[in-house]
Amino acid sequence: MRPPVIFQTTPSSSSSDRRLNTLAKHFLETDSDNNRNVMSAAPTASHGDSVFAHLVRAPEDPILGVTLAYNKDPSPVKLNLGVGAYRTEEGKPLVLNVVRRVEQQLVNDLARNKEYLPITGVAEFNKLSAQLIFGADSPAIREGRVTTVQCLSGTGSLRVGGEFLAKHYHQRTIYLPQPTWGNHPKVFTLAGLTVKTYRYYAPATRGLDFQGLIEDLGAAPSGSVVLLHACAHNPTGVDPTPEQWEEIRKLIRSKALLPFFDSAYQGFASGSLDKDAQPVRSFVADGGELLMAQSYAKNMGLYGERVGALSIVCKSADVASKVESQLKLVIRPMYSSPPIHGATIVAAVLKDSNLFNEWTIELKGMADRIISMRQQLFDALRARGTPGDWSHIIKQIGMFTFTGLNSEQVSFMTKEYHIYMTSDGRISMAGLSAKTVPHLADAIHAAVTKAV
Amino acid sequence: MAIRNSLSGQLLRRSSAVSGARFISSWFRSIEPAPKDPILGVTEAFLADQSPNKVNVGVGAYRDDNGKPVVLECVREAERRIAGSQFMEYLPIGGSVKMVEESLKLAYGENSEFIKDKRIGAVQALSGTGACRIFAAFQHRFHPTSQIYIPVPTWANHHNIWRDAGVPMKTFRYYHPESRGLDFSGLMEDIKNAPDGSFFLLHACAHNPTGVDPSEEQWREISSLIKVKGHFPFFDMAYQGFASGDPERDAKAIRIFLEDGHLIGLAQSYAKNMGLYGQRVGCLSVLCEDEKQAVAVKSQLQLLARPMYSNPPVHGALIVSTVLGDPELKNLWLKEVKVMADRIIGMRATLRENLEKLGSPLPWQHITNQIGMFCYSGLTPEQVDRMTNEFHIYMTRNGRISMAGLNTGNVGYVANAIHEITKSA
Repeated sequence: MRPPVIFQTTPSSSSSDRRLNTLAKHFLETDSDNNRNVMSAAPTASHGDSVFAHLVRAPEDPILGVTLAYNKDPSPVKLNLGVGAYRTEEGKPLVLNVVRRVEQQLVNDLARNKEYLPITGVAEFNKLSAQLIFGADSPAIREGRVTTVQCLSGTGSLRVGGEFLAKHYHQRTIYLPQPTWGNHPKVFTLAGLTVKTYRYYAPATRGLDFQGLIEDLGAAPSGSVVLLHACAHNPTGVDPTPEQWEEIRKLIRSKALLPFFDSAYQGFASGSLDKDAQPVRSFVADGGELLMAQSYAKNMGLYGERVGALSIVCKSADVASKVESQLKLVIRPMYSSPPIHGATIVAAVLKDSNLFNEWTIELKGMADRIISMRQQLFDALRARGTPGDWSHIIKQIGMFTFTGLNSEQVSFMTKEYHIYMTSDGRISMAGLSAKTVPHLADAIHAAVTKAV
Repeated sequence: MAIRNSLSGQLLRRSSAVSGARFISSWFRSIEPAPKDPILGVTEAFLADQSPNKVNVGVGAYRDDNGKPVVLECVREAERRIAGSQFMEYLPIGGSVKMVEESLKLAYGENSEFIKDKRIGAVQALSGTGACRIFAAFQHRFHPTSQIYIPVPTWANHHNIWRDAGVPMKTFRYYHPESRGLDFSGLMEDIKNAPDGSFFLLHACAHNPTGVDPSEEQWREISSLIKVKGHFPFFDMAYQGFASGDPERDAKAIRIFLEDGHLIGLAQSYAKNMGLYGQRVGCLSVLCEDEKQAVAVKSQLQLLARPMYSNPPVHGALIVSTVLGDPELKNLWLKEVKVMADRIIGMRATLRENLEKLGSPLPWQHITNQIGMFCYSGLTPEQVDRMTNEFHIYMTRNGRISMAGLNTGNVGYVANAIHEITKSA
């Protein structure tokens, strides 16, 4: 099991003898005779086992593991409805035209360099990101009360925000909706917060458990942090109505709970950037504080570039400035400064009105295709007479649909129909096309009607 | 009517803005402003300075002889090849497999048996910082009562990284101020006195901030002693190729440890040696007893990365794998890294020469004895302040000079300033 030790050629014995002798000097000079015994051991003798020998293999990530399993499947009809990455009608990944154009510009711009960004990232990117989510005319921005730092997509923004709260906020509990993105609990636990949940999804209606939500947030201790999906809730696709959002806002403010928004789908849900940002903006408009994690993974198709931003809206510009200085202390020991490429692309798109307009058109195109897939799947299930009410498919919004299928049904669909999805019944609509909808509808029909 | 409606609308908006928010002051008002980062704060101060003579020998980013940042040709070519490709999808949690493979070859050796036997658990990381942080978190999770022994001095951020990962620190002697060299006997004594099985952080080459490296012979003795004590050696290698100009030579310490049978941990960075600073590309690896263990370790490293950033950025990784994976580009890279290293070695010689020519009473051979981007000048914090206030020369207060900030245009000025400040010391 141990590898043979490779010694040097010719002077080997003399150099290892020399080493032993020199080592011996260190021991003999200062230590008792006991240590002479240690020194007589050959250099390789006290080789221990690995200090990590007790590790077991960790399970695959439940979401990303789906793609791994899909990749291994040789079936020609396999369908990947696991991770939320957009696919075209042809099932291909999509690099947006505006992104391609900007990348070409960057490559040809010899004046650009690859120096370290400041810890907080690209300043222009931060400013434009805050404007995108809060609105260019947001009073909080005008008053200098917002601090924004570039982070590694949504995950990184959540983690930095979570660690900041664990270090500086008096309440160490964060309430997550039930269910939520699988990675949320791990992010906040490792950040040092205690995770609790509030009711969110009602399986009976496949809609929002509004009563349960209000009750649970109403019972939360004052000052607790509350995670809110800004739009297109992941995994359910169930969002509160504007009226419900208003009730939630009033409750949160009256109980002095601290809202932490996760915005991974701005523009992707309804097709309109402003519409998707409405809930967040209503919270900013009431003058209160909040945290906001923004991701450009989906809406600008920049997945692997890890582009995102954490914004903290504070009561005053002075507080915002102090908060920013402390955010830097969280980031520096994590990765020093964020990656330059993706944020540079985003800043270029956001600040140029032509590119920005083109982006909104491409974004709407993606959102519309997904809405169309919802309609097609719903129609296909109705055409097959699949038992059950499937209207939630067209009522839910964003990239994901919470089908209501259970894990046995999901396993069945994977095994018999080569459909890959997470075991909670979540499917990524982005992975569907007009061609593949019938196959999925068949699989769902079979899963629901088969004898248990 | 319209006016009344709009007024009442405004009132309603204002009152709802106030309701729930009026009586609550900021949750964060008691937050203290954080001190500026000691290293990155230097560049901020430099940028704010209007003096035409200002020199930045603070942060360790390479500059050419005109004081300009450099994007390597091999990197530009790699970028041209990858621009506009489909490659923006999520990487796996562990990053680019190709980039990790190439990184392991670079560090462990092109034909390393450990790579053949698949004994290395490795993931792409966010440059050197990210690699150290994931390892620190890994150490904390699986050896929760362990500490990390760090050299005195070390890169300032090492303290922050292990602290935020929840791992307490101890120190071992390293720098010898009187000789501006290595305190070898102190180092060996501290290694010996540490409890068996301690975790040690070692700089593989071009120690930051001192530039003082053990000799090959000294590395062999360190390796033997660490073996006897059963310590875990964790290497931080941020300058492979950048120190001597030869990546193989700069990996010597690691190769010695591997020969001696250590199961090492290693953080690699491409920030300096490929000039990819802002791309944040690096690699974390842990050498294991066998393939099964390597698989287990990698999976656990991934469990730590997923709640931190999900998966690492693709662009920089593509650049590295394109450059290292193409023989022509790799050769070009080797040439370019040697040019950078040679310029720095040249600047060391020039700075020392100038100081000696000025008739400085102090010894300066440490400038050429030390290696890599940094020189531990021996200047005191007060002297550093004078360098900044009187001469507009920016460096960190520990007296560390980034040689990359020196060039033929300013080395005379800097030598002169050092002489002025130290001649009566």
